[in-house]
Amino acid sequence: MKTIVIGVIGADVHAVGNKIIDYTLTKEGFNVVNVGVLSTQEDFINAAIESGASMILISSLYGHGELDCRGMREKCIESGLDNIILYVGGNIVVGKQDFTEVEARFKQMGFNRVFPPSTPIETVIPQIKADIGA
Amino acid sequence: MQNILLVDFGSTFTKLCAVDLEKQDIIGTSKSFSTVEQDIRDGFENALDELYIKLGKKITFDQMIACSSAAGGLKMAAIGLVPELTVEASKRTCMGAGAKVDLVFSYKLTQEDINIIKNNNIDIILLSGGTDGGNTEMVQHNIEVLGNAKLTIPIIYAGNKALDSYAEEIFSKNGIEYYITENVMSKLNILNMKGAKETIHQIFLKRIVSAKGINKIERKMGKVILPTPEAVLRACDLLSHGLLDEPGIGELILVDVGGATTDVYSMTFGYPTRIDVMMKGLTEPYQKRTVEGDLGVRYSAEGAFKQVDEETLLALKQKGINLKTEARKRFLNPEFVPKTELDYLVDKALSESCVEASVKRHAGKLEPYYTSLGMVYYQTGKSLLRVTSIIGTGGPIINSSYQKEILMKASSTYQDIFDLRPKNASYYIDSDYILYAMGLLSTINPLLALKIMKKRIKLITDDTK
Repeated sequence: MKTIVIGVIGADVHAVGNKIIDYTLTKEGFNVVNVGVLSTQEDFINAAIESGASMILISSLYGHGELDCRGMREKCIESGLDNIILYVGGNIVVGKQDFTEVEARFKQMGFNRVFPPSTPIETVIPQIKADIGA
Repeated sequence: MQNILLVDFGSTFTKLCAVDLEKQDIIGTSKSFSTVEQDIRDGFENALDELYIKLGKKITFDQMIACSSAAGGLKMAAIGLVPELTVEASKRTCMGAGAKVDLVFSYKLTQEDINIIKNNNIDIILLSGGTDGGNTEMVQHNIEVLGNAKLTIPIIYAGNKALDSYAEEIFSKNGIEYYITENVMSKLNILNMKGAKETIHQIFLKRIVSAKGINKIERKMGKVILPTPEAVLRACDLLSHGLLDEPGIGELILVDVGGATTDVYSMTFGYPTRIDVMMKGLTEPYQKRTVEGDLGVRYSAEGAFKQVDEETLLALKQKGINLKTEARKRFLNPEFVPKTELDYLVDKALSESCVEASVKRHAGKLEPYYTSLGMVYYQTGKSLLRVTSIIGTGGPIINSSYQKEILMKASSTYQDIFDLRPKNASYYIDSDYILYAMGLLSTINPLLALKIMKKRIKLITDDTK
């Protein structure tokens, strides 16, 4: 069973989507380790090391995701998580920006996949399976 | 008539406590100086003779129960993966089982780490790492390194259960005394001490007790021996919770200042008292024990000195005391007994420092965090703000004429929101040093143990009103 660490990064307390992701991925047969809301980069990384996770899925809804996610890939590499798959999704930037630009910026930061606002988690499952296996 | 003898084989004293089940009370206590080199039975017999003198007659005991912290107690090495997670879980498990954590290692073990373990006279190694189904790579590495080192120290494996059989294979192949038990953190942030704690006690009984010669007496009494801190922990839990119709005294902390270490026990969940505080990190058990190996008034006097602030040093200097040289003197001569008023003042200052530093370390931490809604706080560890009773024990407190002043250092007096020590508590003294004994008694008669504690533990100041 593959392990996925999920959570909401930064000073963000949007808990509902987090619960939906937890529920859906668990139902799909993944071992979900949920670090919950108000989580720092270190919370995600520590959980991923201990749980032997294949992927970290970061949610952010309050607009400061770009600041919160900076340096995440570098910290993962520093912590020995060289091959971890990083996803980020939600309302990850301030204001209404062109998503192709946003996506490029987050990919530049080392995220494998970036999802625009209002992406249902069900639609992401095929990509997760493609990236880490069932 | 039924008499019970309760014994503590300490590193400097063998202490006895006699309880009469019919009178429902303690009928006498005694203690005798004992050294590591000496046969432990001599100290026991001497203390028994002293007890008979105090009672004015020889009596027979129907049952004896003992605990021990002889020869510096149980020294352990805690190994885990991430410092905030399985390393912390391992440390807490060791301390919760009554051991002292002398060495701590995280991530991959190196040859250098193995050398440190070899040179440190460790009694037991607790190896954890990985949640169940979690990390295997680094944990596997650590199992191999420890296995290949062919240590003669027993190893408890309490990590990712996926590696249980691997650990078994490597350790048995290398002729290591090993034990496999439940993961101390099978799920992220959830502490599970039970299996490892029981295994530590099992090894303690088998190995430490016989190595230190206590088994010669144990055979005579044929009753389970606990590490002394575990006996004290059980007493504190009982005193806090109460039993059946006999209420406990509620959330409490106990500070035990000794010559070499200072132990702090807290009986509280330690939840935040403010709504803008969020919990972070490992869950805390209701009964928590920490032990500070650098804080004491004799062997560890220099460590206690380091924690003393400038103002106190200046105040002592005006009285003609140089605390630094006094601390050194006590370290070099641990049998030192205070005689003059100045000697007592030095011991008071050192004890205060031990109490203050140890409770500060035991209490959790608050960190500010800026959000779009203003400042919120993260709390790691326990908040002791709901604690209403503070109990002091250990020679340096019990024998001091400054009990109140020393114990007050366990609480915070300033309006500092980052200080999670108790506020406005009642202060008690375990003046007859009975807590270990009541912990032992609680294994056969908890209600009586609770009643005796409530009667014998003396209230010295009540600041709650």
